[in-house]
Formats: sequence, C-alpha cells, structure tokens
Amino acid sequence: MAKPIRIKDHLNDAGIVQRRIIFAVVFIVLLTSGLLARMYWLQVVQYEHHSTLSENNRVHVQPIPPARGRIYDRNGIVLAENRPSFSLSITRERSPDLDATIDLVKALLQLSDEDIEQLRRRLTQARRPFEAVPVMFGLTEDQIARIAVNQFRLPGVEVQASFVRHYPLAEHFAHAVGYVGRINEREMERIDPVAYAGTHYIGKTGVERFYEDQLHGTVGYEEVETNARGRVLRVLKRTEPESGKDLTLHLDSRLQAVAEQALGNRRGAVVAIEPKTGGVLAFVSQPGFNPNLFVTGISHANYGALRDSLDQPLFNRVLRGLYPPGSTVKQIVALAGLDYGVTTRTARVYDPGFYQLPNNTHKYRNWNRYGDGWVDMDLAMARSNDTYFYDLAHKLGIDRLHEFMSQFGLGQRVSLDMFEETAGLMPSRDWKRASRRQPWYPGETLITGIGQGYMLTTPLQLAHSTALIANRGVWKRPRMLLHAEGVGPDESDTPPDVLLKNPSDWDFIIKTMEGVMHGERGTSRAAAAGASYRMAGKTGTAQVVAIAQGARYDSEALKERHRDHALFVGFAPVDDPQIAVAVMVENGESGGRVAAPVARTLFDAWLLPDPEPETFAVEGEP
Amino acid sequence: MKPLTGISAPDPRGMRREPLWMRLHLDPWLLLLILVLAGAASFVLYSASSKSMAMVYRQGAHYAVGLAAMMFVAQFQPRFMERWLPPAYLVSVLLLLAVLLVGTEAKGAQRWIRIPGVLTFQPSEIMKLVMPMSVAWYLGRREMPPRFKHVCICLLIIFIPVVLILKQPDLGTTLLIAASGIFGLLLAGLRWRYVLGALLALVPGAVGMWFFVMHGYQKQRVLTFLNPESDPLGAGWNIIQSKAAIGSGGVFGKGWLQGTQSHLDFLPEGHTDFIIAVLAEEFGLVGVALLLLVYLLIIARGLYITHQAQESFSKLLAGSITLTFFVYVFVNIGMVSGLLPVVGVPLPMISYGGTSLTTLLVGFGILMSIHTHRKWMSHG
Repeated sequence: MAKPIRIKDHLNDAGIVQRRIIFAVVFIVLLTSGLLARMYWLQVVQYEHHSTLSENNRVHVQPIPPARGRIYDRNGIVLAENRPSFSLSITRERSPDLDATIDLVKALLQLSDEDIEQLRRRLTQARRPFEAVPVMFGLTEDQIARIAVNQFRLPGVEVQASFVRHYPLAEHFAHAVGYVGRINEREMERIDPVAYAGTHYIGKTGVERFYEDQLHGTVGYEEVETNARGRVLRVLKRTEPESGKDLTLHLDSRLQAVAEQALGNRRGAVVAIEPKTGGVLAFVSQPGFNPNLFVTGISHANYGALRDSLDQPLFNRVLRGLYPPGSTVKQIVALAGLDYGVTTRTARVYDPGFYQLPNNTHKYRNWNRYGDGWVDMDLAMARSNDTYFYDLAHKLGIDRLHEFMSQFGLGQRVSLDMFEETAGLMPSRDWKRASRRQPWYPGETLITGIGQGYMLTTPLQLAHSTALIANRGVWKRPRMLLHAEGVGPDESDTPPDVLLKNPSDWDFIIKTMEGVMHGERGTSRAAAAGASYRMAGKTGTAQVVAIAQGARYDSEALKERHRDHALFVGFAPVDDPQIAVAVMVENGESGGRVAAPVARTLFDAWLLPDPEPETFAVEGEP
Repeated sequence: MKPLTGISAPDPRGMRREPLWMRLHLDPWLLLLILVLAGAASFVLYSASSKSMAMVYRQGAHYAVGLAAMMFVAQFQPRFMERWLPPAYLVSVLLLLAVLLVGTEAKGAQRWIRIPGVLTFQPSEIMKLVMPMSVAWYLGRREMPPRFKHVCICLLIIFIPVVLILKQPDLGTTLLIAASGIFGLLLAGLRWRYVLGALLALVPGAVGMWFFVMHGYQKQRVLTFLNPESDPLGAGWNIIQSKAAIGSGGVFGKGWLQGTQSHLDFLPEGHTDFIIAVLAEEFGLVGVALLLLVYLLIIARGLYITHQAQESFSKLLAGSITLTFFVYVFVNIGMVSGLLPVVGVPLPMISYGGTSLTTLLVGFGILMSIHTHRKWMSHG
C-alpha cells in the first residue's frame, strides 16, 4: 500500500513549497524595489525635466514632414519642385465650435459654398489627435491679414507656411513626370502612417508615383511645449527630417519641346529612347494637362472638363494607348523569316496587288492595289509591301511569329520604371482559345504579319523594339531615371538579349530600314531628304475602322476621327545609333507623310548642333 | 458518503465553535485590503475619467458583482474544485477553440464569444483561474519535486491554452496564464537544473517566437519598448506621455484632480491600462509607494494562506494565484513606467473594467476558501 508513503510525502511536500515561498518572497522584494527605484528615477531624479514639460504646458510630439525630392531633366532643368505657400489649417480638437469657426472663416475670406464644401472634405482627413490639417492653399497676403486680425475669434485656425509641389513646365511633362495629390483613403491603407505623419501629398502617377519611396524622404519630429491654446512655446528636442532624393531623368526638355512643336496641335504620342542606355529622351502624349491643378485637389468643374474632353488629355497615350502597330513591325517579321530560315535575303514573291491563301477566294490586299510585281525583302521593306509579308507570315505560322516577336517585348510590359504601363497584346493560339474560345484561323496569321488584327502595341513598345534593333538585340528596358543622387535604377529584371542564328541578319535588316529612308522607292524618302547623316526607319498606318471586303478606302468620306493613325519608328545615325523614335499621330493617315517628318525633326534636333534651342515658357514665373 | 454539493455543512459533532469569519468562509485581512483598493480606485478613476461620476458608479457595480462572486466561490471546498477540474479544463480549452472559430472580433483581436441577447464573455479569463488549478491538480497528486515525465505533461497542460490565446492575439493574458502555470511547477519544487535548462533554451525560443509566432503589432511593441524614441508618433506615444505624467508628479504629486498630462487626452487609455500614470502624477512617489505597500500586504497574506494550506493542491493553487497577482502589478507598473514592453495587462483592482476585476476577485475567493476550509485549525 502506498498510503504510509503519502503521509511522509505530505511533510516533505510542505517543506518544498515552503522553501519555494521563501524564494518567491526574495524575488518579490527585489522586483518591487526595482519598481520603486524606477519611480524614484522618474519622479525624483528626472523630476525637473518632466515637471518643466508639464507645468502649465503640454508636451507635444510634432512630425516634421521631409522635403520631397526635386525632379530634373538631364540638363538640370527643374521639372518638379516645392514652392513655399501659405495655407490655412484647422486643428479640430482646439476648435470647440467647429461649425461656427468655419462659418466665420467663410465670412472673413468671402468663400463660396463650393469652397467650404471642399474645405470640409479636406478636414475629414485628419489622422492623429491634435494634428493641424491644411484646408486652403495659396493664401494671399490680404487673406493672411484677415485671419491674423481675427485670430482671437478663430480657435484652432492657423496660417501655416508649407511647401506645395509645383511643376514649372506644367502640361509639357504631365504624362512623363506625373503629379502628386492629397493622400486618399486607399493610399492610407497602403502607406506607413508614421512615415507619412505630417505629409499630405503622395505621388499619384508617373515618375512621382514610381519613385515615391525615394522622393518622399524620412519624417523628422520635434518634441515641443505648447500652451493650452496649442501655440508652440519651446522646442525640446528635434530630429531633423531627411529630405527625399533628387531625381535626374533622362528626359531632355529641349527635345521634348521639339517633339511637341513637330506634332503641332495633333493628338498623338512621341517617344525617343537612347538605345545604348534605354533612357527616355522625350515622352510626349498630346494633348497634355496642367498637373498643378491636381496637387491641392482639383475642382469638380476643372476635372469634369478634362475627363469629358473628346481629345482625352488625361489619357497617357505613350504608356496606355493601344494601337495596331501596322507596318512598323514588318522588320521584326522579316527577321523572324531569316532566323527560322523560311526565306532568304534575296527570295522573291510576285505581288499582283493581293494575296490569296490556297483554296480560298478571299483576297488579302496590298495597300497598292496595282501590285509591285516581283519583290524581294529589301524592296518589300522599302515599299512596305503587304503581299510579301502575307506570304512570309503564312510560311512562318502564328506559333513562330508569336515566339519570335515576344522576344522584342511585344505583348508585355517593357519599361523599367513607368507606372501603369499596359502590356498590349501579341496574339497566339493559346490566347485566342482562352479569351475567345475559338481556334486560330490561317487568315489571322496573315494580318498579324502586317501588324493588324488582334495585335496591339503601345508607342513605348514600338520605340523600345526599334531601339532593340538599333542595339542588335541587346535589351535595355526603357527608363526615366538617369540617377537618384548618383544611384542609377535597379536593372536586375532585364530580359535575355535576342540572339540570332546569323548575327549579320541584324545588319541586313537595318540596311533594309535604311532603304525605307534613303532608297529610291522608300516610303519615307521625302522625310529623309537632305540629311547629313544616315537613318533607318519604318512607316506604318494603323486601321481605326476595318474596311469591308471589296469596298474602296475613301478617306474623305470617313470622319476625321475614323481616319487611320499614322505611325513611324526609326533610329539614327545608322552606324552609331544615338536616338530611336516612335511617333504615333492619331488619325494622321500617312506614316510617311505625317509621322516620319516628326521623327526627322527629332533626329536633327538631337544629332545636329542647334543654333537656337527650343524652350518652354515656365509657368508661374513673372 | 461524500456530500453532493461542495458547500460544507455545519459540523454536526459540535466541536469548538468557529469564529464568524470562518463560518462565513471569508478572510477579514484580504477583504479589508480589497476594500482599501476599491476606495483608492474610485478616487483615481474619478480623476482619470475627467470627473465622470457615471464611470465611478459603473466600476462600483463591477466591484459589487466581483465581490459577490468572490463570496460565492469562497463557500466551495477546495476538494470540490479539485473533483471538477478535468472537465473544467476540457471545457475551457474547447471555449478557447470556439473563440478562434466563431469569436467576435474587436480592434484586430478575436477574444470574445457572443451569445446574442444573453451575454458576451472572454474564455481566456476563465482560463486565468482554470490554469493554476489544473497545474495544482496534476502536480498535487504526484510526488514532489515532479519527475521529468510529469514536468513534460504539465508543460503540455500549460502549452495548449497558451498557444490558443496567443493566436487571438492577446499577449498580456498569455503572459499571465503562462506565469500562473509555471508558478505551480516552481512551487512544486521543479528542480533548479530544469529551470536553468529552460532559461538557456529561452534564447533560441525567443528568436523562434520573433520570426514565426508574433504579430506585426506585437513586434512593433517590443521594438518600441527597446527604443520608444524611434517611434514617438506611433507606438512610442503612450510611453513618452506616461513617463512625462509620472515624472512630473514628483515626490508628493500635484494633488487630486490637479494632473495635467493625464487629462486633455494626452494620455490615451488613462483610465484602463495606464491608470498608474494618473495616480503617480497626482499622488507622487508617496502615492505609488502606498499602493505598492497595499499590494505587498495582499501578497503577504496570500503567501501566508499558502503556507497554512494543508493539501498539496491547495498549497500550489494558493501560491500560484498569489504570485500571479504580483505579476499583474509588476508588469503593469513596469510597462507604464517604460521598464517593460506594453503588453496590455491592467493594474489589478484599480484599472477600469469588470472582466479582469471579477477574475481577480474570484481568485481571492479561492484563497479564502482554501484558508477557511482547513480540517484542523491553529486559529492563529
């Protein structure tokens, strides 16, 4: 039986517990002394420090927002800066009767109901207790005086000097650089509230958005003593904010001005890339808009006008405009033909003005209805002969076309650092089965060969694929950023270079593109006339409205907005490419007559010394 | 025959008549000290709530409910609790599981079970009482000091609810419950070499916790604790404000209702977890020392009851309840004064709120039951 042992255990157990209780008592005494020592430290040793903080005054931690980094073009011309501005701010906790205060502000500054509605909307964004929220910007001296005189009637209302983002070149770089705006609720969830304490703006689009982390900087703070009315009496401790990084972009505002001028008042897009670096030299999406309107919050009327305009000024055509590339991809199709060995440099095709698939009556027409006769690859490029490329595409088939053209970035995002780029579409059998639940038809291969049909590209992709040819297959993702205070962009995600079985095909295809510009029968020879350097290029037109079988194309009968888009891609000089360009003129009809001259102007501006450089009028300067 | 209820009947054999307190199963010393704290709490709360009498009345009601529960629990024999323990542990664990599955969420944590129209309660509070009982139940019937196998089983008993509560997440309660279980083990004479081994294992354990278990907000709290200055706008705000409030109190304090830091909303949670800052600002070091004295007297009484207890179960239970009470005090004051991370432990008996107050008072009820149900008395 275990019973006697249990009794013995009880005595033993009691002894164990008792010894442990003594241990516990020692511990408790030690730890309690620790607490008392801590209180002694805070309340006796540090008493002076803490009591000055609290006597009649209050300690307050105030964030100091960092200065946002500036943005420069490659020549040091300011594209985005911060301007001092006086703003009216309200601290809700310090205003016992907020409605009365707002009414008084309204009366003093003679504001409209709409202004007040906007003001109240801004006021709802307060985040931390006792944080002053700016509700009106760009106060005039007269308005500041009115507030100052009536300050005693306006508890919680302050005039604060702060910095507001300003874009001196206004609409010229709205699409390239983007703009900042007030932080909205969705963005609040995304950002670190501490890092953005005291900051009211965040990059919304473009470079401002993509490089938000670098531009923003690190928040500083100060511990201040304030009196009961919230006025700062003394700064106790200050940690300086760290300004955001200044960004220098590849963009050249001189070239940008040239491009805009060359485009005139037409809608369209121009992208210029330096092939060796991938740097974007010019980035024009026309029409633009004034980004300064968006910074402190755009009014309903202004926004409505921009949004509803038929010309779509808010639409970034360079990154998001999807256009059939038309003939501007023929050089890539030709390269595919050579690389897969389905044709040779000299093989000829007879063009009666149309192409027919075997056992099919449908006529795929050349743009020249009378036909060009026997054409080889050189002539097919120079004349942009559709029949030759129908034949070539048929020989390649869609699978090989898709595989080869995808290597050039078609149908995928190509940029390194641009926000909201669209991928476009490089069609394939799989894509059609998945999206349309239909098989791929042979005729669709033919029109893919001339850049029509399902295929969609952005002007940026066209410029990039041209730069890739100028680079002979070496990938350089198009990028805006030259450097952020000496540090270049991260290039870790560069796709593999395009390797041809016979690298001399690059030289041959560039030669055919040179023929487009300088050859006797080149579609763009007029645009290249009189040049002191050699250039390579390819014209194209993108159909806006499909032409019914058998009907004749009559541009006069179509409304202006149904006319074809004019396209041109090219680079120069041929022996040492410095600049690659894609031009898209909406409803411009003719790549050779309308788009190519724009590119020529850019080439000249970039390659030739310019006696009188173009400049923009700077907004906001007297 | 054992009695069906746990309430002890008057002794029919007519031994020496017991004192009134013994027959009521109350402990006059504990009761007195509790009432002293209740009085202090109402003064501090009145000030901390910006002179809200309604809040003081509500806390008074919480006290009334808690005291009633305490007296009720004190009537049960410790044996009765011991008998019902295995199912009680099981039900508590199931309730904790239910919290994770169907619990009500508030402020990013899922801690409550709501039966619509009936009641809302926090199963982790029940566990605060069941945990020390379970450990005492398990170890009380085994030889002391516990053998390795028993230590392992005991750790499993502690581990299951701790993980479930950590998942809610509720770091403060986890800490208290784990502490109450571990105190049971330590009181039972857990060999020092195990203790040393556990402490050595704690380092890799803590590293593992950091990377796999802790939530972002909990990590943030630890980081802020290590360097509150790093985040004065966010997580460090509470500590900076509470330190200023405590420090500005000085030796004698600013006087009742005269605190400035703790009013005007500069001190968040001034009437709950951070209430000691209000007390320290208005009553100074003297006030804090007096409060600590009352706490120490309660703990001393608890340890005396532990010493006097006659069965292993009662001894271990009383000891761990008492020591856990000290953990409340130490962790709360430590965190508000910037010594420890902010983990959400209230100042016992003073912080506003009914839930943890009731649990604490029921704990005292258990102490009273242990003390007044002894079989042979020294009446000392």
